[in-house]
Amino acid sequence: MSGMFIHNLQLGIFSLRRNPLLTALMIMSIGFGVAASMVTFAVFRVVSGDPIPQKSSQLFVPQIDNRGPQYNRNGEPPGALNYTDALALMRAHKADRQTLLYPVSMSVMPEEAHRMPFKAAGYATYGDFFTMFDVPFQYGSPWGAAEDASREAVVVISRDLNQKLFAGENSVGRRITLDDRQYRIAGVTDHWDPKPRFYDMFNGRAYAEPAQVYIPFTYAMDQQIETYGNNNCGSGGKRGDDRESWLRGECVWISPWVELDSASKVEAYRQFLNGYAEDQRRAGRFSWAPNNRLRDVHQWLDFQHAVPPESRISLSLSVGFLVICLVNTIGLLLAKFMRRAPEIGVRRALGASRADIYGQFLVEAAMVGVAGGVLGLLLTGLGMLGVGMVFEPQIARLAHLDLSLVALTLLVAIVATVLAAFYPTWRAAQVQPAWQLKSN
Amino acid sequence: MQIKPILSALRRHKAGTFLIAMQIALTLAIVCNALFIIQQRIAHLSERTGIDEPDIFVIECEWVGSPTSQQADARMLEDLRVLRQLSSVQDATPSNSYPLNGGGWDDGIKLKPDQLQDSSGTTVYLADDHFIDTLGLKLIAGRNFRPEEVARIDMRDRLAAPQVIVTKALADKLFPNGDAVGKTIYLAGNPTTILGEVELLQAQSIDRWAADFAYRSVIVPRRLAASLGGFYIVRARPGQLDAAMRAAPAALFEHNPRRVINEQDGVLSFAQVRARAYERDRGMAILMGVICVALLAITAAGIVGLTSFWVGQRRKQIGVRRALGATQRDILGYFMTENLLISLGGVLVGVLLAIAINLWLVTRFEMSRLSMAYVLVGVAILLLLGQGAVLAPALRASRVPPVEATRSV
Repeated sequence: MSGMFIHNLQLGIFSLRRNPLLTALMIMSIGFGVAASMVTFAVFRVVSGDPIPQKSSQLFVPQIDNRGPQYNRNGEPPGALNYTDALALMRAHKADRQTLLYPVSMSVMPEEAHRMPFKAAGYATYGDFFTMFDVPFQYGSPWGAAEDASREAVVVISRDLNQKLFAGENSVGRRITLDDRQYRIAGVTDHWDPKPRFYDMFNGRAYAEPAQVYIPFTYAMDQQIETYGNNNCGSGGKRGDDRESWLRGECVWISPWVELDSASKVEAYRQFLNGYAEDQRRAGRFSWAPNNRLRDVHQWLDFQHAVPPESRISLSLSVGFLVICLVNTIGLLLAKFMRRAPEIGVRRALGASRADIYGQFLVEAAMVGVAGGVLGLLLTGLGMLGVGMVFEPQIARLAHLDLSLVALTLLVAIVATVLAAFYPTWRAAQVQPAWQLKSN
Repeated sequence: MQIKPILSALRRHKAGTFLIAMQIALTLAIVCNALFIIQQRIAHLSERTGIDEPDIFVIECEWVGSPTSQQADARMLEDLRVLRQLSSVQDATPSNSYPLNGGGWDDGIKLKPDQLQDSSGTTVYLADDHFIDTLGLKLIAGRNFRPEEVARIDMRDRLAAPQVIVTKALADKLFPNGDAVGKTIYLAGNPTTILGEVELLQAQSIDRWAADFAYRSVIVPRRLAASLGGFYIVRARPGQLDAAMRAAPAALFEHNPRRVINEQDGVLSFAQVRARAYERDRGMAILMGVICVALLAITAAGIVGLTSFWVGQRRKQIGVRRALGATQRDILGYFMTENLLISLGGVLVGVLLAIAINLWLVTRFEMSRLSMAYVLVGVAILLLLGQGAVLAPALRASRVPPVEATRSV
């Protein structure tokens, strides 16, 4: 068997070298087709990945319609909550864990006077945030419910910020100054930057720089720290004349998350939301039937269009491109194989079975596939360098040519070529021994 | 040229014929749509902002600490004085946003206070009396703000400005008779009077959701003095953009170091702003262009390959035809016509496929309908490509000598 395989390999090499032009055309065709698909796939993989696979079906975004059918878009409640509803969900405490969050941007004053202040972006949130989202810690730990309740000035900083400020040492318990306020460091996160940043889709920060600081939501509200993100008031809602009345108004700006680990809890939470909306209606705030949503991470990313249409369109068109390259390869293989009809006839007359012919030609095709795969790999590598010209830098930066992509490139090239070779090989195997001998 | 013998010859090469036709069909379908996408993206990124882009740059300044609105306002006024004094700077204005910024304040305008739905969406630019001159806008009706009409506003304050300036696009939408100046409108629920009209000023967002009010902007005489900071839009003197972009942040820091101007993108020329805003569109156009070129090359190569094979296979027949009196032109014509027939079959299917793909893009990605002009251009490109690709093998065929008829394989 292996002897036959090697014989087939030799036959293949001989045959491929006999028509260098056709062979080169096929290899290029496969190479380009595979490379185009792989480059766009590498980007697609980045934007369509599950940012928190272990928990994406347990984390939910509650949405409450505080606008009514006249003002909401396509019947959907807004993508965030106003202060009233957000606080109500926290107070009700109906989920295993729950948090609110909004983005903040604060200036960091380095202790050395000669260093310039810089901005650190992050979130005002609750202690549950870190456990809910499995945030890894390098030092220390999240702050607890006690700090949330007592509105304490604690902070969790990122590994990067800790490196910048404390040269990477354990800084837990030390103090830092953010926007002229002193905070006690409760913990330092390890590298953590889920992409897309599912928890802050409302502010379009899916691919933003990693967060540097996290402070308690309750403290941030006490200190009137402004959101660094969106504030969406719709066109009908009460929006207020100053900060106080704005907080009591219907502008939405807070992203809520709850963790629910069973279907029954999810159902119970839905009922709780409906009950809440019903209460609001009875109280005269809403004049419409409850219109709430409870989306898990996947549904939420879908709803927020986490995958840019550009990425989907380019992937689809690249796959179309690969299909055309394969059709092209089928044609070229057919030409190549059928040109050798006399040779096949002789081999068949000398006792080669159809299976032998299949073996010979599929091995030859696989060799084209391997060569096409290698070319495709080179082109994919080149293409990855150019990804930045085509996709936004934040996304392009994340697309890598890693081992799995290398394997996939080669695999797609070989499988596609062998599949493309089936029809030409079948035709070749149909060549009748007698007929060919006669014509010669 | 006799078509019948060509058809009967093609019938003997069903698979090859079918494959070439298929390839042409698929290529046409993708090329049409790719060209269409390219055109749309280029049209999008060629839209005008209405401002005098070459001399303008933008500074994003964030305050250190959290100043009150009054403190922030005082700092801003000083900054503006510093900026306007620079020799390379012609003028400067504070703003909450600017065209192509991709973030800012969008709101609704009503004509009556009790109206349910907005009469139009709008981008709100909070500005002072220097805004129009700094951006190089053209005032076409009414007048500019007077310095004393500009006041401070905090993040969550009610937008209660007695007067605003609107773009012509917004004025025409609200008052089609062209008499907008002096009329009262309700901006974010508050009554205000139209003081003047500028010719053109794009909204802050170029995204699809903002397309409804793309040029319907309103300029409100308010300085947004927020603890977070804001933007300074600066107009350099002609030809001094680079000098001004270096001098401005340096002067600001010298005057008051308690601020952060991001090193990477704190100071952006408008050319950079434009490049960032249209990254996606430009990238998409490049990618589609590359795919088109590669596809056409591959398809041409496929036609060359398969036709060469046919020519090789039929050397003897060609020799016989030549021996029986066919000229070189006849043989050339034969292969060209053969390719034309296959290509015609291919483009016929391709046109249907192109429309199908476009329909999918329309429903899935809210793209526009493919205009037939692109289909026609695609058809022409592919027919020419086929003829071009077949030319070399066909010429080789036409040079087969009649004596070939006497040779055996």
